[in-house]
Amino acid sequence: MLLTHEISPEIIEKDAIYRDMGLSDEEFQLVKSILNRRPNFTETGIFSVMWSEHCSYKTSKPLLKKFPTKAPQVLQGPGEGAGVIDIGDNQAVVFKIESHNHPSAVEPYQGAATGVGGIIRDVFSMGARPIALLNSLRFGNMTTDHVKYLFSEVVNGIAGYGNCVGVPTVGGEVQFDDCYEDNPLVNAMCVGLINHDEIQKGIAEGIGNTVLYAGAPTGRDGIHGATFASGDLGEDATKDRPAVQVGDPFMEKLLIEACLEVIHSDALVGMQDMGAAGLTSSASEMASKAGTGLEMDLDLVPQREQKMSAYELMLSESQERMLLVVKKGREQEIIEVFQKYGLQAVAVGSVIQEKVFRIKQHGTIMANIPVDALAEEAPVNHLPSQEAYYYKTFQQMENTTPLVEDHADVLKQLLQQPTIASKEWVYDQYDSMVQTNTVVSPGSDAAVIRIKGTNKALAMTTDCNSRYIYLDPETGGKIAVAEAARNIICSGAKPLGLTDGLNFGNPTNPEVFWQMEKSIEGMSAACTVLDTPVISGNVSLYNQSKGKAIFPTPVVGMVGLHESLEHITPNHFQAAGDTIYVIGDTDKAFGGSEVQNLILGKYEGKAPSINLQLERKRQQQVLTAIHHGVISSAHDLAEGGLAVGLAESLFQVANLGASIQLTGEPTVALFSETQSRFIVTVKKGKEARFLELVEDAYEIGKVTNDQTLSIGVNGSNIIKEDVHQLRELWKGAIPCLLKSRA
Amino acid sequence: MRFAVIMFPGSNCDYDMYYAVKEILGKDADLVWYENSNLSTYDAILLPGGFSYGDYLRPGAVAAASKVMNQIKEHAAKGKPILGVCNGFQVLTEAGLLPGALLRNQNLSFMCHYESLYVESDQTLFTSEYNPGEVVRFPIAHGEGNYFCDNNTLQSLKANNQIVFTYQQNPNGSVEDIAGIINESGNVLGMMPHPERAVEAMLGSDDGLRLFKSLVRNWRETYVANA
Amino acid sequence: MKKVYVHITLKQGVLDPQGKAIQASLHSLGFQEVEDARVGKVIELHVQDSPHLEANVQEMCQKLLANPVIEDYRIEVGEAVRS
Repeated sequence: MLLTHEISPEIIEKDAIYRDMGLSDEEFQLVKSILNRRPNFTETGIFSVMWSEHCSYKTSKPLLKKFPTKAPQVLQGPGEGAGVIDIGDNQAVVFKIESHNHPSAVEPYQGAATGVGGIIRDVFSMGARPIALLNSLRFGNMTTDHVKYLFSEVVNGIAGYGNCVGVPTVGGEVQFDDCYEDNPLVNAMCVGLINHDEIQKGIAEGIGNTVLYAGAPTGRDGIHGATFASGDLGEDATKDRPAVQVGDPFMEKLLIEACLEVIHSDALVGMQDMGAAGLTSSASEMASKAGTGLEMDLDLVPQREQKMSAYELMLSESQERMLLVVKKGREQEIIEVFQKYGLQAVAVGSVIQEKVFRIKQHGTIMANIPVDALAEEAPVNHLPSQEAYYYKTFQQMENTTPLVEDHADVLKQLLQQPTIASKEWVYDQYDSMVQTNTVVSPGSDAAVIRIKGTNKALAMTTDCNSRYIYLDPETGGKIAVAEAARNIICSGAKPLGLTDGLNFGNPTNPEVFWQMEKSIEGMSAACTVLDTPVISGNVSLYNQSKGKAIFPTPVVGMVGLHESLEHITPNHFQAAGDTIYVIGDTDKAFGGSEVQNLILGKYEGKAPSINLQLERKRQQQVLTAIHHGVISSAHDLAEGGLAVGLAESLFQVANLGASIQLTGEPTVALFSETQSRFIVTVKKGKEARFLELVEDAYEIGKVTNDQTLSIGVNGSNIIKEDVHQLRELWKGAIPCLLKSRA
Repeated sequence: MRFAVIMFPGSNCDYDMYYAVKEILGKDADLVWYENSNLSTYDAILLPGGFSYGDYLRPGAVAAASKVMNQIKEHAAKGKPILGVCNGFQVLTEAGLLPGALLRNQNLSFMCHYESLYVESDQTLFTSEYNPGEVVRFPIAHGEGNYFCDNNTLQSLKANNQIVFTYQQNPNGSVEDIAGIINESGNVLGMMPHPERAVEAMLGSDDGLRLFKSLVRNWRETYVANA
Repeated sequence: MKKVYVHITLKQGVLDPQGKAIQASLHSLGFQEVEDARVGKVIELHVQDSPHLEANVQEMCQKLLANPVIEDYRIEVGEAVRS
């Protein structure tokens, strides 16, 4: 009865309907040769989503191979719901980052909320309890009402979902640049904790085993591609179709508890989240990984709407759904766990020997596809790469120092730049403390979550200075990884590994593809030197704003381990009388800097250079000094340079000030963004020990109790500011921008 | 002394409450799923924070209409100590065990940070370990913690010393800076700030621990001493 | 089967910050004539028809749908719907 209004295989080919569904001519021919016939409408839809960039990484796969993914600590690298790293004592940390950029541009609240929901499912589908969330966000400059709307609604959506589901949002970063104006980036990262023997995989093993569908019923959510080719489904069907998925964090909370209860049953064989491409990707991937096939009867799938076609059921992106494979005959015990939480769990199919993905509806076979063709054998696109034209120009530019007349005034302006300003307005809306493990809350370089019942803690951060990557993708890629590691080190933890959220423009533009290629090479080099393997990640392409690609933004989400709670180190100055050191020499590095943008209104020139060996040595020395208990606070120097770093170090503990003496050219000394630098404080009496452990450390002054930041350069005082006043400017900037009308 | 921590679908501070009582306070405690629970063997009932039933309809409303509340009402009437924190407070007002209601925060945003509170009354089962007027630091984490009641109710709260905690700096628009109130008979306390999140100095404050210690001490004095 | 709409609003005297925000936003868009805005919600029920329909919905409101401390409600019995 449904088939009558579906487009026939002949028409799909003759009118090239497949193109609108996302397949190229070559891909369609490949589908035909795999099936030895023309695909029907449902099958064409299944191939098009499974071969999309999101599911198959067809464009980025050749580049992703460059990432180092193996290390002794890695228990599970890329390929599962999330990566897993050993942290000793039979425990492991599970984490992944994922983007939800395009949904957030269309409907920022739900786009961000469902992004959070999806990444949480990736983590608990591994069997891990989600223990923390982080978010890496990018918006245009807050000069238009639309950008302000996107910003506040994205934050609202993250809060709405994360707070309800009971996973603390503990960190992340927000940056603002014009290139993100129409195309905000919303990358959500989830961290989970698991025992080694509880790690689940998304596999459909055991011929005859049952496929269970659990969670929310399926509706017509997020079936974007469908509208064009289904004119004969009638106007009304199109009208009723929601453009974005709507999240239900309450349902997700129940799913978490049910799934984490289910993993203790040996009746469970495999479990996977229904994320992008819903039923299609979860089912076919589980079978492909296990070397089996899978048969499903769509009449058994719980449905929220009436008269859903096979195409719609297979491609729906309804949220809060899981697919499980359970031992035959033991379905009921699993179903009862879900029922306890008021959730639906029903058998919808079984694992079969023949390696095909077979879908039935109303007694008719609606799709019959070799599983490996969908997953492992998806075609790979080798796109051309060409060095960006602008890059040559930038590389030929001299390193220059922006002209600064009033350094104190520039410091105040920098503290109010939204990228530097306090993000309290954002993180105050997130429950950062639920689960009662948050030792270091949002607003620090890295968040720290203790692990109950142990003396250990996890440090976590997200980072990516996309301006540097735009100027010089390879160097910028190195810096992104190094800076994330620096953040982890400053908290006193050893970096363990990372997850990458790769956000780029249109890859068919050879210059964009070149940005991808070079930044991944740079990141890979840094990962190798700093021993931080890539264990999971996500690729988001076609991020464009006003016809131009966004800055290449490969976000690094990194996790580190504190072997002892005593190693947890604050970013902020702790007590008057402590000696302040800068670790690392400062040179003229203004390409892509905050002060360059402030003075020139653009980013240009060379990115700051980075020597990875030096970075590694310095990170290790700082960490050793922290572990020896000689460092009372540590902060990495990033956007805005030393002056901003000093000011930020004074904003936490009341009544402190700092008295600083520097040498050299004042603008360079204060605002240069030279890499591999730290600012640390050392307690009285520990200076000598500190200097034995750390090379390239320069004493620049003392922490005082006069609430004044006073900085002299070459003997003359050029900054003398009341800390309270600086803090007010820094804290007030974002609320003020949000209130002011465009 | 045995504590029951009630788990509603969507509670998310249940484990935190349990951990505070069991591991930090060192007392017997059970996580009790709201259905089919028998609360008669417990000496105190704790309603934790979270988003029971997703906060759908109104925060706490659906949980307040669940069957377990009949039992809780019976125990409340018998004088058993009952503590509702955050969503637990919302459940208690929705169930009519405490007067008033919790509205959306005045700035319409969820907020999570530490607040300084005045202990307005140390004459309760829950606060006898505090000094009157003492300032304590507890985290808040709520979107609908703006306490509202009509003027008559407010006058009677004041007259009966039912206002137990107030904010030093009102974050959410609550009437008279109210952060926590107790019922007339003095055994049902509801509060938006989270004492269970303030039991370890490493996490920022351990001021909340004395609230649980007060309960234990008063229970011991009443039951053990008399036994 | 009847459609029943339950309109729920905050009581007069209870501050409605959402309504205030909407009013301010409408003013800034130039709709100065807006003197007040109150935000509420509508619950749409499909209820089996019976002589007690309205009384039963009243009871639903009192027991669950509205909180009498802060909310007023109004019941509107709508058109018949096919079950």
